[in-house]
Amino acid sequence: MRHSFAVRIGPVGFRIGSDWRAPIAQLESLYATYPKPHDGVPDFTVRLFAARPWRRFVRPAVMIGGDYVLPEAAPLPLAQGLLAAEMGMNLQMALGQRRYLLLHAAVVERNGQALILTGISGAGKSTLAALLSLRGWRLMGDEFALLDPETGLIHAFPRLLSLKNASIATVAAELPADRFGPLLEGTPKGSIRHVVPDAAAVAAMDQPARPALILFPSFGFEAAARDVSPSEVFVRLTQASTNYVAIGERGFDALTALVRTVPARAIDYPDTASAVAQVEAAWLDR
Amino acid sequence: MAGSVAGGTPDGWLLARSLRLPECVRALDAGGWTALLAIARAEQMIGTLAWRLDGVAVPPGVARILAAARASAEQGRIVALWEAEAARRALAPLGVRVVLLKGTAFVAADLLAGQGRSIGDLDILVPRDTLDAVEAALIGAGWEWVKPDPYDDAYYRQWMHELPPLIHRDRDRMIDVHHTILPLTARITPDAAVLLADAIEVAPGLWALSPTDMIVHAAAHLFADGDLAGGMRNLWDVHCLIDQFGTDGLAARAAHHSLSREVARALRLAAALYGEGDGRTLLDGAYLRRITARDGWGRATRPFTRQTFYVRSHGLRMPPAMLARHLWTKWRKGGAGPASG
Repeated sequence: MRHSFAVRIGPVGFRIGSDWRAPIAQLESLYATYPKPHDGVPDFTVRLFAARPWRRFVRPAVMIGGDYVLPEAAPLPLAQGLLAAEMGMNLQMALGQRRYLLLHAAVVERNGQALILTGISGAGKSTLAALLSLRGWRLMGDEFALLDPETGLIHAFPRLLSLKNASIATVAAELPADRFGPLLEGTPKGSIRHVVPDAAAVAAMDQPARPALILFPSFGFEAAARDVSPSEVFVRLTQASTNYVAIGERGFDALTALVRTVPARAIDYPDTASAVAQVEAAWLDR
Repeated sequence: MAGSVAGGTPDGWLLARSLRLPECVRALDAGGWTALLAIARAEQMIGTLAWRLDGVAVPPGVARILAAARASAEQGRIVALWEAEAARRALAPLGVRVVLLKGTAFVAADLLAGQGRSIGDLDILVPRDTLDAVEAALIGAGWEWVKPDPYDDAYYRQWMHELPPLIHRDRDRMIDVHHTILPLTARITPDAAVLLADAIEVAPGLWALSPTDMIVHAAAHLFADGDLAGGMRNLWDVHCLIDQFGTDGLAARAAHHSLSREVARALRLAAALYGEGDGRTLLDGAYLRRITARDGWGRATRPFTRQTFYVRSHGLRMPPAMLARHLWTKWRKGGAGPASG
């Protein structure tokens, strides 16, 4: 393709090809400190392309393609090309990843032990991961936890953090502006702004961690916490996994081992300050 | 062999060569590997390639990708066999012989062609006079209609060689119930009764076409029905079947089904791509151009060639007036084009 960029995020290599220069330039700048794919061969290909040749120039609209595609994916305006690239990479993982069991979750690590934050979209996973990474935790990722069925370890996947709407200002209050990507307004999910993970997170991204606690955060409620039974965790994590069915028995074994050995709690929180305190309390209590 | 020996841009031939002579991948650089994997994925042959390259020294990063592809194909095999078993159980009370077709048949019979093969829908062949009973039994066992469109539904029932596709409400897997191997609108009418009569039981209660009929079916599907989409995989099936069973009796069988020309072409093209390939005709060259129309990013290339074969495929499938009416109806619904059809 006309323009291209390759990057490795944790154990997974990507190549992104584009009909336009702009999204590639943004990726080069935001992923500047990341390594290239192992042996120069990416695991997945993403393509950003114009539906028709003239749509490169006239009302340019970015179609998302790649090794794995959803048939009905709608194009994005060129101004949201960076988002298209990130969506394309997530899509390859969700549909094509077979080495690791994927859990839709943010992961942070301390002393070699991983804290998994999972929950529905809007629960505050990315926001909490960003704030915890400013308070002594190592960021391992805000989108997917990569559970290795062979070892039971979680591998880091520290792609750009994706902050949405009100959480952008919450995190901006604590982070220098040069860690932020462009503000993308009017996307299908509202306003989005990407954050570059800190240097320590990128430097340590090849170090997996042993899962030690699973939390289900919910934003917008009075502070509360409860234990979650292994059976409930199992069901919720099968729903939070994009490839649980595709991996088959290995996935079942990995997930049952996880829920049997790792404690889980649900925490409701009214604001982020309270959430951080509740996470720390749950961690001490695990 | 960075992409291609002649130093040109990579296309489907890169995949064909790697399947034919696995050792030649050792000459690939990172760019060549990247292109090969993208092309293999686009042709839904990454699992086949991974099996074929098992034991060949490859870079560690590539080895991990191929290992995942092998694991994925193995899981696909388990799921395909389970789906066949579910259909067998649903249809057992009818006493109908369930003949598996294509990928599921290859893995059920443990054939070379099934090794690493990607398998989508479950395709089965049953006698035409049992179609109503089969459909009712499948619906009773949890399968549901996919196509809500009345034109499509009526079209399938009147003119196609299969029922409208059904999907299972719990397992989310499709089943195509065939009563013959070409649409009723095609000029060629294979002998469905003989296909069924000579089927072989490959597992308790599960049947597959005889090896010669498998080759005839692959050729019919490729040249008398489709627009050559999936041609690389289809011809790999043919190559493996011939490798394993030879060609004894094939010519006579093809003649019996009125598919001599198609089978001869399948043999020539499979040999050109994956074998010792010689004796190809001028027209074979055009077919190969279409079948290998893929670039190192996994994109479909050569749009003019593709479009030509797309139009041609419909010309084979139905007479001109009917084709005009069909394409007009599909176009108004916004569906027609090389990707759908």
